[in-house]
Amino acid sequence: MQSSHSASAQGGAKLAAHFASLDVQKHAARLGMWLFLATEILLFAGLFACYAAYRFLFPEAWAASSRSLDLLMGSINTIVLITSSFTAAMAVHYAKEGKNKMVGHMFFLTLLMAGAFLVIKYFEYKHKFHIGTLPGRYYFYDGIQVPGAPMFFTVYFASTALHAFHVIIGMTVLAIIMVRAYRKGDFGPNNYTAVELGSMYWHLVDLVWIFLFPMLYLV
Amino acid sequence: MTPSSSIAAPGAAPGHEAHHEHGDHPSYLVDGTTVKSWLLTVDHKRIGIMYMFWVLLFFLVGGIFAMMIRLELLTPGPTIMDAMTYNRTFTLHGVVMIFLFMIPAIPAIFGNFMLPLMLGAKDVAFPRLNLLSLYVYLAGAGFALWGMLNGGLDTGWTFYTPYSAHTTTTVAPVLFGAFIIGFSSILTGMNFIVTAHTMRAPGITWFKMPLFVWALYATSCIQVLATPVIGLLLLLVSAENLFNLGMFDVARGGDPVLFQHLFWFYSHPAVYIMVLPAFGVMSEVVSTFSRKNIFGYRAVAYSSVGIAFVGFFAWGHHMFVSGQSTFDAGIFGALSMLVGVFTAIKVFNWVGTVYKGAVEFTTPFAYFCGFLFFTVFGGMTGIAVATVSLDVPWHDTYFVVAHFHFIMVGATIMAFLAALHYWFPKMFGKTYHEGWGLVSAALIILGFNATFIPQFLLGNAGMPRRYYEYPERFQALNVASTAGASLLAFGFVIIALYLVWALIYGKRVDNPWGSKGYEWLTASPPPTHNFVGPQPTYPEEPHFYVDPKKAEVSDAV
Ligand code: HEM
Ligand SMILES: [Cu+2]
Repeated sequence: MQSSHSASAQGGAKLAAHFASLDVQKHAARLGMWLFLATEILLFAGLFACYAAYRFLFPEAWAASSRSLDLLMGSINTIVLITSSFTAAMAVHYAKEGKNKMVGHMFFLTLLMAGAFLVIKYFEYKHKFHIGTLPGRYYFYDGIQVPGAPMFFTVYFASTALHAFHVIIGMTVLAIIMVRAYRKGDFGPNNYTAVELGSMYWHLVDLVWIFLFPMLYLV
Repeated sequence: MTPSSSIAAPGAAPGHEAHHEHGDHPSYLVDGTTVKSWLLTVDHKRIGIMYMFWVLLFFLVGGIFAMMIRLELLTPGPTIMDAMTYNRTFTLHGVVMIFLFMIPAIPAIFGNFMLPLMLGAKDVAFPRLNLLSLYVYLAGAGFALWGMLNGGLDTGWTFYTPYSAHTTTTVAPVLFGAFIIGFSSILTGMNFIVTAHTMRAPGITWFKMPLFVWALYATSCIQVLATPVIGLLLLLVSAENLFNLGMFDVARGGDPVLFQHLFWFYSHPAVYIMVLPAFGVMSEVVSTFSRKNIFGYRAVAYSSVGIAFVGFFAWGHHMFVSGQSTFDAGIFGALSMLVGVFTAIKVFNWVGTVYKGAVEFTTPFAYFCGFLFFTVFGGMTGIAVATVSLDVPWHDTYFVVAHFHFIMVGATIMAFLAALHYWFPKMFGKTYHEGWGLVSAALIILGFNATFIPQFLLGNAGMPRRYYEYPERFQALNVASTAGASLLAFGFVIIALYLVWALIYGKRVDNPWGSKGYEWLTASPPPTHNFVGPQPTYPEEPHFYVDPKKAEVSDAV
């Protein structure tokens, strides 16, 4: 996020000394972000590999445990997150037009939904702690006694917790950009890289969930 | 002082000597002398130098552990430590050497310093991220060292489960440290990739990039693609160790072999993170000191990418004895050998470059010779251990230890020292004593062979790795190995002495090799923004040397 530092007011972008032109600078920032997102996907890919391996080893446990998840809450969360991705995309749209206030509003909505996502997740977790569908040796649920069920919840908690951690990071990033949009009116047709990269990150958070949801809740 | 001259017109002296210290463009070394101006710098060259300081320090730490291991193995019974201490020592040796020395050594020091210079850029694409990666590295190192001092761990650097999930030694902080260091490695890799894509000076097309840049590019791709996977794995194992989640624990339905798959999915490519930059350094060195363009430039460039690619499909060769099916083992063996093919392409091209070149036998070239030997010999033993029927008896013996030290450590150390000597004048504008350079190179190459050739024999005779006692009949070879290691250590001490001497009293030079590499197009040491005056132009390929016989004349700077 090269431009974040060097941005000046009134939506003009400043060129960092070591780049040949603004276009190059923007290109570099975007390429860097894509690479970073690739590493994030690969991070989750490791978990997906674990998921696949254990699903293959314990098909029954997987089916039974997956059914015990709250499909309604999961679905609501999916919808919430997809909508928040939409508002994040709208923020980029407004940033390109220099409508800083709308950028702020859009990110505010995104943050609101991200918060809602976490709250719902909290209730899901709470329920699990209550009935005992927990990872590994903490598992004490009587409802599912198939071998491998605790493993499902190990994978479940590992992946949803890692995802929730990403939600929190994403929220922090978006909040910083939101403040910049409101306070300084930084963004404009020549200077929207920060908004663009921030919402790219948010799309990733959304995308990962779109993988996790069917994997954990539906299959 | 226009750096844009020279390459186009061999014969024209670049004419930028004597401008280092004064005028409006001080060298990066003296542009700001406060501690803060170093610690908070975003200059890729200063960051490279800071990496050099820390990486060398950790190399010393790892080296001390190595000597402790060798001393313990001097006699069949307990010598200087107990079994538990021995387990910790070899683990820490491995962890420090792999994660703190070998992975960052060439990319973070010489890559950081040279890559922008070689691309005609003023800096890397994300200078502040670059500085961040240094501090992330130090934070990770801090974690790991803290864990080591508070109990240490005894799992071996491979952290194999289920043992690592249950051992009572301090696993989590060290794993967490390695996880953080992984971030630093990813950041550096990203930075290099983006720099190569967006910051090449006009005239530098992909196929005019110096081969060191190609090697760094391929390395960066591996770093970006493989490191996240091990990052996740390290997190899972720490969680397992702390909370007993059962992910890799058979008793809870977990699968320890899954750990091995994920671990080697990173760690096999990781060995190329360590050697590919070494290959890159050697391409520069061999071309400079043979005064010839590298033979088969494109083949060398492509083979780096090829190694990076097939490196991802070879991990199973670490698991021949883990209950893998014969079919899988066969496939993994064959894919591993493919890496050998790509490496052979490079070797032939290097040899082709030396052939009929006007060879100048300098210290870096001496390391090139050592490197060639270690790579070929180590690579051959790689082919041998990739053969399932041979690997089954050799697995987990000193044969494997010798194999990977030969190829990975041998090649990387040779390249590291070659780079250090070759670029020392570039980085500091001074030169060292050539005689001492050659003497220590000889000591190191001899010492290295004396250390590890006995280990091939020990492994072949059946001595397992990671044991602190052994039967009487293995003693002679172990003594030989320890003697070799001492010679090696002695060689390093000499290098440290004359290089520090050179830093202070060395003779001023600008381009003592008459090298045509792009990085020499500016002053040595370079000014803060790398070039003064207009953007350099690059009409010729990076390793462009005129006819060897005339080279002496044209390079007289
Ligand atoms: C090019 C540089 C290479 C490096 C840096 C390297 C490094 C290593 C390392 C570090 C290990 C030991 C890991 C451990 O268990 O601690 C190892 C083992 C092994 N390497 Fe290599 N290697 C290289 C080339 C090759 C090649 C070309 C092949 C095959 C053609 C190969 C085949 C093997 C096999 C099969 C093992 C496992 C042996 C066993 O554990 O029984 N290696 N290598
Ligand atoms: Cu391997």
